[in-house]
Amino acid sequence: MNNILSNRIRQGYRTVEFPSDNIQLPEAYRGRPILNPNASDEDVQKVASLCPADAINPDERTLDMGKCLFCGKCQSIKQNFIRFTRDYRMFVLKREDLIIKDTLKEPDTSSLKTIKKLFGKSVYMREVCAGGCNACDADINVLNTPVYDLSRFGIKFVASPRHADGLVVTGPITKNMELALMKTYDATPSPKFVVAVGTCAISGGIFRENEEVVGGVDKILPVDLYIPGCPPHPFTNLYAFVKFFK
Amino acid sequence: MGLLKIENGVAVNIEDIPLLTFDEFKDKILKFTKTGYVVQHFAVPCYGIKGDTTNNKNNNENNNKNKTSYKIYTVLRNDGGLYVISTIVGNSYESLSQYDIKFHMFEREIAEQFGIVPKNHPWLKPVRYHKNYTGNPDVFGNDYTMPIPGNYPFYEVEGEEIHQVAVGPVHAGIIEPGHFRFNCIGETILNLEIQHGYQHRGIEKQLITCKKKILPPLIESVAGDTVIGNSICFSEAIEGLCDYVANEPLLNYRRLLLEIERIANHIGTLGGLAGDVGYLPTASYYGRIRGDFLNMFVFICGNRFGRSSVQPFGVPFKLSDSHIVELIRRFEKLKKEVIDVGNLMLDNPEVLGRFDYTGMVDTETAKLIGLVGPAGRASGIEYDVRKSFSKAKNIYDRGIELVVRKDGAVSSRAKTYFYETLDSIEFCMGLLKVSDLKINSNNNSSNNNGNSKKLEEITLKPNSFIITMEEAWRGELSHCIITDENGNIIRYKIKDPSFHNWTALELAVRNEGIYDFPLCNKSFNLSYCGFDL
Ligand code: SF4
Ligand code: SF4
Repeated sequence: MNNILSNRIRQGYRTVEFPSDNIQLPEAYRGRPILNPNASDEDVQKVASLCPADAINPDERTLDMGKCLFCGKCQSIKQNFIRFTRDYRMFVLKREDLIIKDTLKEPDTSSLKTIKKLFGKSVYMREVCAGGCNACDADINVLNTPVYDLSRFGIKFVASPRHADGLVVTGPITKNMELALMKTYDATPSPKFVVAVGTCAISGGIFRENEEVVGGVDKILPVDLYIPGCPPHPFTNLYAFVKFFK
Repeated sequence: MGLLKIENGVAVNIEDIPLLTFDEFKDKILKFTKTGYVVQHFAVPCYGIKGDTTNNKNNNENNNKNKTSYKIYTVLRNDGGLYVISTIVGNSYESLSQYDIKFHMFEREIAEQFGIVPKNHPWLKPVRYHKNYTGNPDVFGNDYTMPIPGNYPFYEVEGEEIHQVAVGPVHAGIIEPGHFRFNCIGETILNLEIQHGYQHRGIEKQLITCKKKILPPLIESVAGDTVIGNSICFSEAIEGLCDYVANEPLLNYRRLLLEIERIANHIGTLGGLAGDVGYLPTASYYGRIRGDFLNMFVFICGNRFGRSSVQPFGVPFKLSDSHIVELIRRFEKLKKEVIDVGNLMLDNPEVLGRFDYTGMVDTETAKLIGLVGPAGRASGIEYDVRKSFSKAKNIYDRGIELVVRKDGAVSSRAKTYFYETLDSIEFCMGLLKVSDLKINSNNNSSNNNGNSKKLEEITLKPNSFIITMEEAWRGELSHCIITDENGNIIRYKIKDPSFHNWTALELAVRNEGIYDFPLCNKSFNLSYCGFDL
């Protein structure tokens, strides 16, 4: 018992103040990308052909953040088209807003009056993993650790869809999970919402052309919130949830 | 002698691999597996898997000629080394599983992938629920236009008091999907049957058809918690197929990352075990400490799971001196916390009351099914790839001990995780303090005439077979690549340690209370996506 107490004291208080301007992610972290509209065609082409996710449309000179893996490969060559900031704050309400010409603009969430009114004080979510690599799920799960402490915002993950107000979905939706996902959705009482977390859930990611997957949540369900990343940093998720519901 | 001795990460010519008649093949490997183990056992159609797709002019001709013949490659291991052997089969062959249970999952996989029937397989059923690659009649009689998983006659125990419990695919927690079917009497589990496939996204098929530039992120997405393990196996396979020899700094760097991955996951497992018995101090502190280790990855490569940090021919992210100093500082601080918080749990009689004698897998059973990794070592199997086949064995021999226990209970697995974690922390600190981690350029090639190599531009050795292995945190992870006469990859086989170990969970929970299932499950902490591919 003494041990437990002395350890408790040594552990101290670990929860990070949020939202806060003091959160600094390491230099190597790749957050919100910025495109340079004046980059040479050659640079745009170079990046487009090297990008494993085919996230760049060289004709439109756009980047689809719903396909980008944030892998940093484009940062390993000399080019002037795309660079990554350390800003973890990324989310959108409409799929097309993830296709950027310069950078991601933060959506105005004040228009989400119903969502905020219904769920702003307390919201329960059910997470469904549908074919991802488990990293997205793992980084959603850590929101329950003392560092992120999601529940202080009245947001909680629950075991049953019947207790939930909405779903959080990860993975490209394998054909083998499609039915289970739809059943889980149907079991969630209305009004409800759907959040797509991670490149796979948004666009199918690198699996999108495989016949074994559906290729993104919004192919079969209406999505209300998209959080990009492979996987999104826990702070990215936290920020999006807080902005969306609060 | 009919078996070709090979080495981890060294390519051999396909023609050098002994090709035996099925009967000889069967006798050879069944004799071997009396004391040895199966690393890989998979099929390749003689006409290549790409089948109806492009880039093979003689395709049609070959297609018609050889549609019914398949080569089966088997990689075996024992204390003496690693061996490969092969045979050719038609649309069916005599099952090996009826003689040695280690083959049961492999044979089911072959049946599912190519429509080849292992005759007299003791329990032939799907592995991942997908239509086969060949267009042969489905072995299981499934119609894959229908949503299939779970649509399968599960094993049933009969009797008045017997009841079934169905769990999943959507589980209560934030975890991956899978289906568990229990037959219970009262609270006691008589039988558990596990059915996977919900995470199946067609990776093995994609690996041979996709562009080379997609390979690294695809490999990283096999299992998000084993990014480094899979990337090492992939990188060493590609390097082996180019005769590229990784130098010591590169090996050091990769193993540093691999050990961080192990530490983070082991701590996550221990935290999960604490949570499952309601011991909250360790659950929450370890939850946070796991994050501190993952954040080392962010510090090194910008991603919490180490994505993009391990690639063939070099490293994209360099470790500067200040990185090293900072990492040592973090390790020193965390080491103390890891020890304190772990002991808190493992000294607690209430916790041990739940852990001890729960979910036992005895040594004999472990050997029978070929259990690997920390779960295997907790059951008395003295096998760790780091101490045997690893490319970095020399480096590991300087710091890593073989942690073996014997009971095979939840407590043995927990202690194995704990002591391995401590071992790995020491090892990492040693590496950071004294070893050479200075990798010069982006595409390091100091031992390759100074020509930098790029994955997109290289040609792999033609007609070759290579296997790579490493001790990922769950155990023996292995990749196998076979190339055709032009150096194109015609087969890429991945075997996650979970492929062996899920069976152990089924056995471990027999006669346990169903309330102990989460605990037993967590103590193995197996992969769904790494299994389902
Ligand atoms: S970071 Fe995004 S844009 Fe850059 S190469 Fe990777 S996937 Fe493509
Ligand atoms: S988006 Fe990336 S991290 Fe998330 S499930 Fe897909 S591959 Fe894994």
